[in-house]
Formats: sequence, C-alpha cells, structure tokens
Amino acid sequence: MTQEYSPSELLICLASRVMEDGSTAFIGTGIPMLAASLAQTMHAPNLIPVFEFGGTGAILEKLPLAVGDMRTYNKGVAASGLCDIMETAQRGFIEYGFLGGAQIDKYGNLNSTVIGDHKNPKVRLPGSGGGNDVGSLCWRTIAIMIHDKRRFIENIDFVTTPGYLTGPGSREEAGLPKDTGPYRVVTNLCVLGYDDETKEMKLLSLNPGVTVEQVIENTGFKLHLADNITQNDPPTPEELKILRERVDPDGLYR
Amino acid sequence: MLCHSIRDNQNIKHMEQHKNCIPIVAEGEEPLIQPTDLDAFREHNRKKSKALIDKTMTEKEAIERFVNDGDYMCFELYGTVRCPMSLTRELVRSGKKDFRIVGHGIHELDMLFGADLVREMDFTYIGLEVYGISANLRRAVESGSVTKIVEWSNAALIWRFKAASMGIPFIPTRSMVGTDTFNKSSAKVIECPFTGDKVALLPALVLDTGFIHVNRADIHGNCQIDGISGFAFEMSRACKNLIISAEEIIDTKEIRKHPDRTIIPYYLVDAVVHAPYGSWPGEMAGMYERDEPHYKDYVEKQKTKEGMDAYMKEWIYDLPDHQALIDKVGMDHFKSLTL
Repeated sequence: MTQEYSPSELLICLASRVMEDGSTAFIGTGIPMLAASLAQTMHAPNLIPVFEFGGTGAILEKLPLAVGDMRTYNKGVAASGLCDIMETAQRGFIEYGFLGGAQIDKYGNLNSTVIGDHKNPKVRLPGSGGGNDVGSLCWRTIAIMIHDKRRFIENIDFVTTPGYLTGPGSREEAGLPKDTGPYRVVTNLCVLGYDDETKEMKLLSLNPGVTVEQVIENTGFKLHLADNITQNDPPTPEELKILRERVDPDGLYR
Repeated sequence: MLCHSIRDNQNIKHMEQHKNCIPIVAEGEEPLIQPTDLDAFREHNRKKSKALIDKTMTEKEAIERFVNDGDYMCFELYGTVRCPMSLTRELVRSGKKDFRIVGHGIHELDMLFGADLVREMDFTYIGLEVYGISANLRRAVESGSVTKIVEWSNAALIWRFKAASMGIPFIPTRSMVGTDTFNKSSAKVIECPFTGDKVALLPALVLDTGFIHVNRADIHGNCQIDGISGFAFEMSRACKNLIISAEEIIDTKEIRKHPDRTIIPYYLVDAVVHAPYGSWPGEMAGMYERDEPHYKDYVEKQKTKEGMDAYMKEWIYDLPDHQALIDKVGMDHFKSLTL
C-alpha cells in the first residue's frame, strides 16, 4: 500500500537509502540532516554523521537547524571543531558527502556562489562554505537537487564545488585526491550516476510515475541512459511514519 | 624560495636567480585584501601585555578602544550558534564603519549588512541555513555596496587562521583546486617539492580584530567553551586585537582548577565583556537554545529593506546597551529558552 507523500519526503527517503550502515557521512543543512536521521532509524544505526563545525557521531533525535547547533552532537562521540572535521575529510576518513546547489552540469560541478557575473551578480548566493571542501575531500559525493532545465545546465555560471571538472582525469590533473568525485544525484524525478568512461551524468532509476522523457525534457544537457533503468520505490509507510513522527514532527520539510 | 608568476618575465628572471624556486602552476586572480606580515605580528605579540590585569569592560568601551574604521575582522562561531551578538549590536551603534570582513556568518553579519558597514570580504558562506538565502547579503552585494568579494572554501579560511596561529606564511591544502572558488581567491597552486603533486597554498590570515563569545571567562581573559569549539582555537591565535564576551565571569581559581578546559589563554585577549545571553537570539551550548519564534520573525522581516530597518531600529538603535536588550526581552522569556 502506498501513502500520499510530498516531493521533499521522497527526496529524503531516496537520500536516506543511499547511506550505508557503518559509514561516515558529511552532513550539510537541510535534507541531508533528515535523510541521515531517517537512515539511523531505518537501516543504518551505525551511520556516523559528521558536521562541519565539529559534531561527530550524533544520534539525530531532533532535527538540527544549523550545522553548528547542539543537535549536531546530540549523544555524539565527539564535539571538536572545524579544523578537526576538515582534516578528517582531507586524510580520507569521510566516505559520503552531501551537497546542494543552484546549478549543476553534466560533470556534477555545482554552483552555489553566484547567478550571472561574479563582479556584478544577478543573484548573490550563499557561497561555498564547506561545499567545496566536501566536493574535494570526501570519497563519494551525493548532490540533492530539484530537477529542472534552469538547474541542470550545460554551462554553470560558477564552479563553486568540483565534480568531475572538465571530464576524465581532470580532478587528478587539478590536484584533487585520487579516486574521489561525484557518485549520485538524487532529484525529485530520478536518481542519476556517472558514466564510467566519460564521467558524464547517467540516468539510473526513475521516481514513481516519472518517465525517461520527462527526465530528458527537464535536463539542459545530454544524459547517458543506463542499460537497465530501474524504478525507485516510493516512501514506505514505515519511512513516512518515522519521518513525520520522529525526524520532522514540526513538518519543516513536508 | 617561492616566485610570484611564471607568466611574468621579470619573475622568470627572478626565478633563474633562485635555483630552487618552486614555480606557481595556477593562481587565483584576486589580490590579498589582508596581507600578513609575520614579523610585524611577532613584534605585536611580543609587546602585548602578559600581566594578569583586569580586562573587564563594557561592549561600548571594548569597541571604542579596540576597533577602528576600516578594520579587518571576524566573528566566531557561525550561524546562530555562540555568536557575539551583544558586541555586534554595539559595533552597529558605535558609528565605526567601512569594515573588511572574513565571513562565515548569519545573524551578526546580517546586522552589519543591514547597517551598510561592510566594504570588502574574504567570503565563504553567508546564508540563513534552513531558512534560505540572506536578503541582506543580496542587497549589499547586488547594489555594489560591498565592493570586493574574494572567495574561499570554509576549510581554507580556517586553515589560513591556522597558518597564522602557527606563525608560518602559508599552509598547503588539497581542497579548492580546479574550481572558480579557487580562481576568485588569492590562493596559489604549486607542485609539492617532495611528491610533485599539486597543492594549493593558503596565505596566513591575521585579523585586526576578532570577536568571540564564550561560556565562561575570568577577568584576565582565560576562556572556556562548552560543546563544539568551531574555530575559536585557531582564530583566537590569529588576532592582533581580541575581544571576548562571556556568559559568565568566573574566578581565576576555577580556571586554574581545570586548566585543560582553557581554549583561549588570557594573553591573547584584550577585552573581556560580561554578556549574559550574549548570543541571543542564537543559542549557547548547554545554556539556552535559539529563540526560534524571534528568529522566524526576523527571517520574514529581513526580506525587505524596510523590514530590516524596522528590525534594526527596534533591536539595536533604540536600545542604549545590552542591559536594555535584556530588559526588553525579559528574564521570563530568557528562562523559557534555558536548557
């Protein structure tokens, strides 16, 4: 039986299912926080959420509203500082990194700095923050995006956070750590990965009721299609119950 | 010996003169808005008083004595967590202006933007986190009131403090490379002289003035922080002038009983301001939580210039000092936020 759910709830569930038990995940503001909390309750009790300003290994009982607030180290194993967290990422301890942005290109490069020209911007966005560090230093990054043609574009206005930069080998060429890079893009329409050879974005699976054509129509660049495009399960009643009753009882993300 | 640019003929000659020179393979286009002179910093630190004197004073006195127009400054921590808000409000009231800021920030920098006090920035993130983009930031940058923005990653800025705190001119990182964040910074990429791998060099950053709010301090400036320490350790060691505000002033005997708890020793500190609820409307670990209704109301108000002006009038300009704010909010309300 499937229940009604919102696009945000679907995104949270999809992101949550990517998080493995016993792994480390660099968690930013918003949906990743809810996804990590849901994952800890559902299938990943030993997921270690790591927050930029020092919170490590929290049990996410109440939704953090800020990446430095007390909930980011609620019943945690450590409350250190920004240097410790970033240095932990730089020496290879953090598996997953969650990212967002206003624009993404086919290589998974993200813009969260500026729309228009940097000197005379049309819209000044919040900036890199830890985004660039997460995209540079975590092993695998997962972008969470609203899927439309304004956001999925060929040429983004500003590369805030590195994806595969200009294609195969370019991360290493620039000096980024070996074997790192974008892993998944979770959107309100689908889940995308990257083509092994070209490092270009590839459609892996569709959200309930979404067609391949719809994904193509809403993407501003040519997508690779997986040989076997699968279907993503809708949020289960159990996921929705935990999400609504425990993770986000105030409905900030409904 | 490090050269400035291999693209520049003069520098190539310079490089030839120094056989061991490491060439720069990429560099950010932006000039350093706060160049660091480490010998001057050492000299400054040598002269700084090491006497155990009483440094307590009011917000007004601290800002009058230790802040100048055009200063380059930073506010620890971040967002609405342990921010030195009583000092920020006094800074806005002080009439001092044309600041250069390194930021990170939400509520405190929003106040400075609201009062049009910021001219140049080393920038990493300014936003309202779960509540979205800062309208004050947009107005300040898109109108051209902030004339220069140099981009950095969050780690890069703190590692710049770390380099200063180590007393060294730069620190290498594997972050930032290959992006426009790097291109619009003042970082430089070299090949590591040991491995040949490319690394970005981040120049040390010394602040004219730093502002840090802590849980407890003694009258000399020895500070304890509960919960995450953010970047208090690194930043406190990268300041020419450091102004501390503290929820509680405690006896030095307490400090000496638990010296392992001192994250900022007194000799780094120039002023100690007793500021209970000094992070309000933000939170303070173990003491009080964020005033969510007030903050949500603020999020709505800041969306327009008029709304922001009204907020600033009510919560800053119409109040003479932090005590007046405490009286206005009321102890009953503060108690409702207490953990």
